[in-house]
Amino acid sequence: MRVLLDVLPHPIKRFALLTVPLGLAGCEGGLSALAPAGPVAADIAWLWWAMLAGATLLTLLVVVLLVLAFGPPRAVSDRRWTHGLGLWFSLGILTSVLIAGLWVGERILPRDDGAVEVEAHAYQWGWRFTQPGADGPVETDGVLHIPANRPVDVLVTTEDVIHAFWVPRLAGKIDAIPGRINRLRLQADVPGTLSGTCAEFCGIGHAGMRFEVIVHADEDWPDALAAATGGADE
Amino acid sequence: MSEAKFVPEIAPNPPQRALALHRQLDRVWANGPGLWGQITAVNHTTLGLRFMGTALIFFAIGGILAMLIRAQLATPQGAFLDTDLYNQFFTMHGSIMMFLFAIPMLEGLAIYMLPKILGTRDMAFPRLTALGYWCYLFGGLILLIALFAGVAPRDGWFMYTPLSSATYSPGINADVWLLGITFVEISAICAAVEITVTILRQRAPGMKLTQMPLLAWYMLGTSAMMLVGFPPLILGSILLEVERAFDWPFFDVARGGDPLLWQHLFWLFGHPEVYIIFLPAAGVLSTIIPVLCRTTIVGYGAIVAAIVALVFLSFGLWVHHMFTVGIPHMALAFFSAASVLVAVPTAVQVFAWIGTMWKGQPQLRLPMLHVLGFFLTFVMGGLTGVMLAIVPFNWQAHDTAFVTAHLHYVLIGGFVFPMMAAATYWMPQITGRAPIKGLGAAAFWVILIGFHGTFFIMHLTGLMGMPRRIDVYPANPEWTWLNLTSSIFGFVMTIGFALFALDLILQALMGRRTARNPWRAPTLEWAMLLPTPSYTFASLPLPQQQDAQARLTLARGEGALPGAARGVRELLVTDAGTARPDHVAVLPGNSALPLGLAAAIGLFVLMMLAGLYWLTLPALALVAALVWRWGRGMAFTRDHAPVTVAPGLDLPVQCHTPMTLSHTGAVCLLVANGTLFASLLFGVGFLSVVAPGWPAPPPGHGGVAEAWMIGATLVALVFGAFAVRLADRARRSGAGMLAGAGAGAGFVSNLVALALIAWLAGTALDDPTGHARDALRGVLAGYVGLHAFIVTGFAAFAFDQARRGEIAPSRPGSLPGWRLWQDYTAATALIAAAIVLWQGGAA
Repeated sequence: MRVLLDVLPHPIKRFALLTVPLGLAGCEGGLSALAPAGPVAADIAWLWWAMLAGATLLTLLVVVLLVLAFGPPRAVSDRRWTHGLGLWFSLGILTSVLIAGLWVGERILPRDDGAVEVEAHAYQWGWRFTQPGADGPVETDGVLHIPANRPVDVLVTTEDVIHAFWVPRLAGKIDAIPGRINRLRLQADVPGTLSGTCAEFCGIGHAGMRFEVIVHADEDWPDALAAATGGADE
Repeated sequence: MSEAKFVPEIAPNPPQRALALHRQLDRVWANGPGLWGQITAVNHTTLGLRFMGTALIFFAIGGILAMLIRAQLATPQGAFLDTDLYNQFFTMHGSIMMFLFAIPMLEGLAIYMLPKILGTRDMAFPRLTALGYWCYLFGGLILLIALFAGVAPRDGWFMYTPLSSATYSPGINADVWLLGITFVEISAICAAVEITVTILRQRAPGMKLTQMPLLAWYMLGTSAMMLVGFPPLILGSILLEVERAFDWPFFDVARGGDPLLWQHLFWLFGHPEVYIIFLPAAGVLSTIIPVLCRTTIVGYGAIVAAIVALVFLSFGLWVHHMFTVGIPHMALAFFSAASVLVAVPTAVQVFAWIGTMWKGQPQLRLPMLHVLGFFLTFVMGGLTGVMLAIVPFNWQAHDTAFVTAHLHYVLIGGFVFPMMAAATYWMPQITGRAPIKGLGAAAFWVILIGFHGTFFIMHLTGLMGMPRRIDVYPANPEWTWLNLTSSIFGFVMTIGFALFALDLILQALMGRRTARNPWRAPTLEWAMLLPTPSYTFASLPLPQQQDAQARLTLARGEGALPGAARGVRELLVTDAGTARPDHVAVLPGNSALPLGLAAAIGLFVLMMLAGLYWLTLPALALVAALVWRWGRGMAFTRDHAPVTVAPGLDLPVQCHTPMTLSHTGAVCLLVANGTLFASLLFGVGFLSVVAPGWPAPPPGHGGVAEAWMIGATLVALVFGAFAVRLADRARRSGAGMLAGAGAGAGFVSNLVALALIAWLAGTALDDPTGHARDALRGVLAGYVGLHAFIVTGFAAFAFDQARRGEIAPSRPGSLPGWRLWQDYTAATALIAAAIVLWQGGAA
């Protein structure tokens, strides 16, 4: 049932979720990019549904044209097919997709707006996180704490090979590259626990390189962080 | 063809008895008897089929690996494979399908088809065809043996460093990939060179570029992309292997390297690669669709323009494989737009094909089923490709099963379905037999259902968060039914491919004799005996004979250059644009030299793999000796009388003309070589501007003495360029002694340059393991040194030819080739020296 729900557009799904008991422990919604739990992931999910609709129409168009081809020979205008359909029609569609993509891309970029900055440090095979606590940085292993309803920038680094930081319900992924610090913007709507994983193949332990994101209510931050991690330091 | 006004009318030859001509030609062109005859074969029909047959075997092996992967993923905690083996299997699945199936398959198709559709008798460099095959076979065997020995590569087919570095991948697994694949790529470069030369110089007289069959246009685009696309990967593989073997830090951040340099070099190859694979398949479609619709193609000119656009655009979008590495967002927008734009020329072709079907009357015969399979699958793959070009969506879908689904839609849709259409279409041409009824259609439907059952829902699996390259997913039971479904349909698809193979085998063994031109196709590959005779055409098609209907006319010797009266393999060379007849080329016959040279290269690869680095030197000496033998095989010892090609048209043999096939081939090879050098310069620029560990520490060397030495090296190499011109001028004026002296002087000055470079490398370079700058300087010195060695060899060869009297006023011998390489060497040495001196000055 939940599987089927995951593929529905998220507003429909949220409605449906009201009727389904979500008593499962751990992370809700698994790793599904189609069950967004924040505005960044929601924007991308909408983009996907729109592109899927367009792609479906285009596939149907091609199928219909192919079916109609199985008729008697017709006089055709070369230019109508190569220039009309091939060039201008496709250019029109592609331009609109590109504009939508750039628009969403601008919305989800990190910007200078006083976002909470956390650090994600990848290694073979696990994650260490640093969050800003009330009394200085708080380090955690395998669990990232963030406040709800506030933009969060994750600074992603690695100490060995390339990994990638990905919490599908919050945002897209970004690679952890040796010698570089990459920044990813994400934001969670409501408190809860979400799943994250390494998305770049990194050797034997790749499949198990998971982590959790615990989203705390905005008004409890950063006290909730201290409470959850048992003090200022691990 | 009547408007060929730049080509003088060529009168047909008088008819002869076809059977006598056939016997005369077959004696000259046939492979030798028995197993030795197969080993020494250089014929394009034999080798094209051998390439394709070997590629099919690798396809089967890659397919079995895919089934093992699907078996492991069928349940969340599959205990079928351990993780290490699983990693080896998916790495090998990708590597085999790309490098040992798709590329050799299209090379085989090009080698088999091109001489036949262009109206010539063989590829431009038959021994190179054979060399390419043996390199492919030996390189592939190295990978297979590693697979069975349990030491196969396991870092993914993209080999991202630092995971593939000596630190994180000890053992020979990664070396097997780097060395084995580079070995195989020699065959890609060989094929690219001779495909280009064959299309440009061996078209039947009067077949202008703008009139040649579309398949040839597609192959020309493919070979141009291979010439420019493969060198970045070859360079990357060499650098990574040198880093692994000798600790030169090109990709090590701590010492001025950058792992992103590998990604750039890899995808500079990797993205064009997709179009390298797609273009030949599109060429097949442009050939088959009009024939099966009983009409002509819609928009020939638009399709050619689309091919050219694809060739250029495909080199501008490699970064879309790297959208998640942290790239400035303006660059993201640019590469996103470029990636979207590349869909336009593809759309032009798709609509031109559909328009062709509207224009004609499509017949639902077996190849057409596969064409329809192509349309359905490839259009969907193209649309998901556009989605992936959109950066925000890419950030979610990248490295998930969604991409796995997308790439299989593109590659199976855009390559495998067209290849199956090609196989069913040309099997009568290849075997002379008609297909068995029913089995082929059954295979098609099973493959189509199996394919979409496997991969359609995999889009969903990816969007639900399943990353690529994981072997277990205990925490995600919601993926189980998706994976199980994919696995079940995967096995269905495998059954379909087995049926398809069975169909081909049955047709080859048991099919009835086919009609001579079963599809009533217009192209020249049907204007010959079936199955194809060793020499293809008894006489070469003149402008009015370039049609399948000319079969009897050509067999009776009424075309150009009939028979093989002089007892050697002859074909007609034309000029690149208008195909005006230029000269007659005498091709080398059957030879074991290609096998020997490939074995010598293989010896070098094995010594590298074993870490016996000093023993690579004797292997290289053996390679050099065999290359010398190779060159000797092309030497002409005396003048040759002009050959009567048609009544009133006498043409010289290639030893008397400057623009030979070898000359065009050397230019193509230098284009590839220059791209490799440019990639190296890109590496220097990228690291010094982008890598974190720069500026480098001040160099320990770089004094005035070194600058003088570098200057002296350049002077010696430039003097070599004067020496070759001097020798050629003396040769023209009949001063044979002076020509020999010029060659000798060039030899000495190149030797001096070589010695100076060795001295510089030994004393004036900083420890290359210290910093990427010093490692790059080492590579630049090595590159120039290798070329100094090559031109020393050229000069020695020319000196030897002069001594033997093979260089004469009417025969330039090896001088033009030497001159090309000498100029190239001097130019690249100049650039390399400028970089080294500039870096020294900058520090």
